[in-house]
Order: sequence, then C-alpha cells, then structure tokens
Amino acid sequence: MTKRITSGRAWVYGDNVDTDAIIPARYLSTSVPEELAPHCMEDADSSFASSVRVGDVIVAGANFGCGSSREHAPIAIKANGVSCVIAASYARIFYRNAINIGLPILECPEAGAAINSGDELEIDLAAGKITDRTNGKIFDAAPPPEFLRGIFASGGLVPYVRERLADK
Amino acid sequence: MPRTMAEAIIASHTKDAVSPGSVCQVRVDFAFANDITGPPAVEEFKKMGARRVFDPERCAIIIDHFTPNKDIASAEQAKRARAFAREQGLKFWEVGRLGVEHAFIPETGNALPGEIVLGADSHTCTYGALGALGTGMGQTDIAAVWALGETWLRTPETIKVALRGRPSEWISGKDLIIHLIGMIGVEGARYMSLEFHGEAVAEFSMDDRFTISNMAIEAGAKCGIFVPDEKTLAYAAARKSRDFTPIYPDRDAKYFRTAEIDAGAVEPTVALPHLPGNARTARECSSLEIDQVFIGSCTNGRASDIETAADILRGRKVHDRVRLMVIPASYEVYNEALDRGWIKIFAEAGASVCTPTCGPCMGGHLGILAEGERCVSTSNRNFVGRMGHKNSEIILASPKVAAASALTGRVTDPRDIG
Repeated sequence: MTKRITSGRAWVYGDNVDTDAIIPARYLSTSVPEELAPHCMEDADSSFASSVRVGDVIVAGANFGCGSSREHAPIAIKANGVSCVIAASYARIFYRNAINIGLPILECPEAGAAINSGDELEIDLAAGKITDRTNGKIFDAAPPPEFLRGIFASGGLVPYVRERLADK
Repeated sequence: MPRTMAEAIIASHTKDAVSPGSVCQVRVDFAFANDITGPPAVEEFKKMGARRVFDPERCAIIIDHFTPNKDIASAEQAKRARAFAREQGLKFWEVGRLGVEHAFIPETGNALPGEIVLGADSHTCTYGALGALGTGMGQTDIAAVWALGETWLRTPETIKVALRGRPSEWISGKDLIIHLIGMIGVEGARYMSLEFHGEAVAEFSMDDRFTISNMAIEAGAKCGIFVPDEKTLAYAAARKSRDFTPIYPDRDAKYFRTAEIDAGAVEPTVALPHLPGNARTARECSSLEIDQVFIGSCTNGRASDIETAADILRGRKVHDRVRLMVIPASYEVYNEALDRGWIKIFAEAGASVCTPTCGPCMGGHLGILAEGERCVSTSNRNFVGRMGHKNSEIILASPKVAAASALTGRVTDPRDIG
C-alpha cells in the first residue's frame, strides 16, 4: 500500500504535459518499469530521470497526461520513485491509468501556481494536504471521488478484479 | 429525462441511474488492444486470475503500431499478442490482412451504432462517427473488461457542436476538426462528449466523420459522436459483424453548451507545432518550408483520403527537397488504391508507398524525423518529439493540403497550386 505521508522535492512543469513527453513512443517496445524509467520526460526535461530522487513530486498545470492511452506513462513516473503527481487537472485516460497502477495523483490548481521547482514538499495523501516547506504554504487537494474508493480499498484495479472474479 | 447520445448509449448498457457526472457500471460490446498495449494487458489479465475472456467474439488484438515487426523487441510483442489470441480464440488478424486499428475495426463491422466500444488506444473515440460510444483506456482497464465484460464509465457532460452551412469542395473533416480544436482548445472538452449536429453533417462522408471523431480526444473529449443518419446505417449494415440497434438523442436533451461552426466559412486549416489546437489557415503558413509529408494514419488513411491525394498528385512530381510517404490505413484501402491506379500515380510522382501500419505517426518506424526537420502530416498529434527528434516539427493537415505541400515544398493551400 502507498505510504500515507510522503515528502520530496518538486519538479514543476506547465500545462498539457503529454504522454509522448512523459515516455516517447520509441521506447514502447517494452512495458518493464525499470526499462522505461531512464527515458521518463526525456524530450521535455533531459535532467529529470538522472536527477529525480525517490519521494520527489511532479507538479504541473492543466491537462496533465494528455494524448496517448499508454499506461507506460504513469508506470515510467512511478518507476522513478515519484511519490505523487499534483496537477491542476488531468486528461481522463491518464487519470484512470494512474489509479489503476497505484500512482498517487492529486488535483490542485493552487498548488501548481505557487510551488517552485526544487521546493521541499510534504504530502498527506489520504487527506490530500500539500505542505510546501520551502515557502510555508499549505494546500488542500480535492479528495478522490467516492466511486474510486472500491478500487483504492482493494489496492488497485488488478486486485479489485481478482476479488470480483472470486465472487462470481 | 431527455438524453444526449452519450447518456442514451450509457443508459442502454447499465442498470445505474444516468445523468452527467454519474458513474455507471456498463456492459461492453467490444474491447481490444494493440501490439503495444496488448502484451501488458495480457500480463494484467493473468495477474487478475482471469482464465477466459468474457466473449472471444467481442475481444480483439490488432497488431498495427510496430508491424511489420520493426525490430526484435516488437517481434516479441507481436508474438505474445498472437499467442494470447490463439489461446483465447479472440479476434486476431495477421499482417497483410489488417490495418491501423481505427480504420480496420469499422471496416470489419466490429464497431457499430449504439454500441460501447473500448480500446487500449486513445483514438478509440473514432467510432463516434458510427453513433457508437468509443473511448480509449489503458491496458489494465482493457484487461479488466476482457475479464468481466464490463467497466465503469463516468457519464460525460455533452457539448453540442452545430455544424452550419455548406463546406466548400476544399474542406474535409480534418480542416473542420482542427478548426474546432482551435476554437475550444486542447482541453476544451476534457472529460466531455462532443456531439455533432447541423445541416453540414450530411455533407461529410463517413471517412470525413471518422476523421472528425478520431481527433475528439485532441480537445480532451472522452468521445465525439455523430447522430446516425442514412450514410451511417448504410455503412454499418454493409459491414456489420453482429446485430446492432442505433441510438438517437432526445430532441430536448440538455447540453453543457453549444459550439457553432459555419462550415461554409472554414478554410483549409493546419495545426502548427506543438499542439493540435494551434490552428492557422494553410495560407497563413505558406512561407514554411518542409522536408517530409506523411499521408496516412487512423485519422486520414482511408480510401477517400488516399484518392484525394492521388487526384492532386496525378501527372505531377513531388518537390525535389521533399520525401512523401503514403501509407494506406488498411489492406482494404491498399487494394482499392492498387485497383484504381492511385499507387501508380504516387510512384510516378516520386512518393514512397508503404504497407498499412501506424508507422511514423507516433515515431514508430518508416519516416522518423531528424533534428530540425519539419513534416506536414495527416495524422492527429504534433507534440514535441512525436515523430522523431525532439527538435523536429509536425504540422497537421488534411490530405489535400498535404499533397499540395508535397508538390511545392512548403505549406500550401490546395487552391493555390493551379
């Protein structure tokens, strides 16, 4: 299960970060997390994969994860040890994919506007509370929609379906 | 309660209450993945403890992205997809007999009016052209659908797109959808359904409608649906792989908002790098020199797209500086291009004609761009690095603009080539 409290540095990006930026298609002849990880954000920020540390947080603007349905995108982010993505809003396929594979995501437009790259963040995932320790600001993200709690409670879509199949 | 297309289709597939924002457990009519998303979907399917897909006639894997296998890794992916398809008896076609999924699935009658069709590929929204609710998901979601035959959908709000007037002969579905995305923005329909109405709809062929629905996701939409008319029903009836029941919106359905477009005023339109909403008229961009032109993809690789490009290129030569790649989106299209002499026209013009594949659209293979190169492409996305080097550029355009640009070596309005 995901840790309730997590902390790390912010990597701040703009609006419309697309899945080709998150993981270019030229690397999609694999879906192994460790093979995807070194190419994450390669065309948008070549320093990301080599410098990101376990616990770090991606902070972005609107429509994060737009474009292709490739689940390789949240997989590549998660495989780099990113503890959470905070965005003003998400493209719907990325949103489903992140939940399905257990990458924590929070929706919070105010955080994206106020957090700077490199800020130290502390995040209470269950409460949706984001603390920027560098500038002292605190943000409340929208809680996950109620209907997803069944999938959360099972620990992702795979165990959720496994339970459903066992019930049948 | 009166319903939009999306609401009515969801209501016909669920026992849950349907209204915008409501989450419904829906029955799924057809669910598929491709050679990139299929193999990991198979892994997730096994991890779920599933043994058989819910109905092999309603599940498929289409190997189209990196096929014919571009390297050993992609050959292994196709091999894993093929093995699972054989094991489960689900629908599977070999290279030489299929095509780019969103051209091939409608051709084979595997997406039909009134249905819910889900694919592990974002351009699954293409089937809105048939009056179906088609939408893309990730591979784990599709694995779950294969296991259960159902999934959850959030009922989308609907934007009514009223297409007024009469488009000129130079305007295709591509010009119209780029124009619309330019109007409402790349997240202007995020999580929503686009529903196309208006007298101009009748002027657009099924191929044009597929193009329009295909790019609904480039405005963030979950789906982009046309109300079935005579053209839809004739297309579906001639190709259906199972029975279907068309669904229509209620006259007094409630829409989130209405966007009006005078189709008669739309000009040949392109999208400049690096967003599909970066719309300009082709004439505004006529100073931009280009290195490559790609005509094909799930957006614009259908018969009328290839025909219109052949008409412009007939008896002419591709510009010395330019390489033109033409990739019919399926073997049905490829064979028609052979029969009707279009491939000969391309060959004589100095173009390269390739076997059906997604190929260069997402930088897979066959026509990757080098640093600093610029390509006019009939595909759907012009994101940074999408077709190759991160410092290459993609300009999205209709087949007419693409063919005209291949002749002149710069972005060209087809009305300007004489």
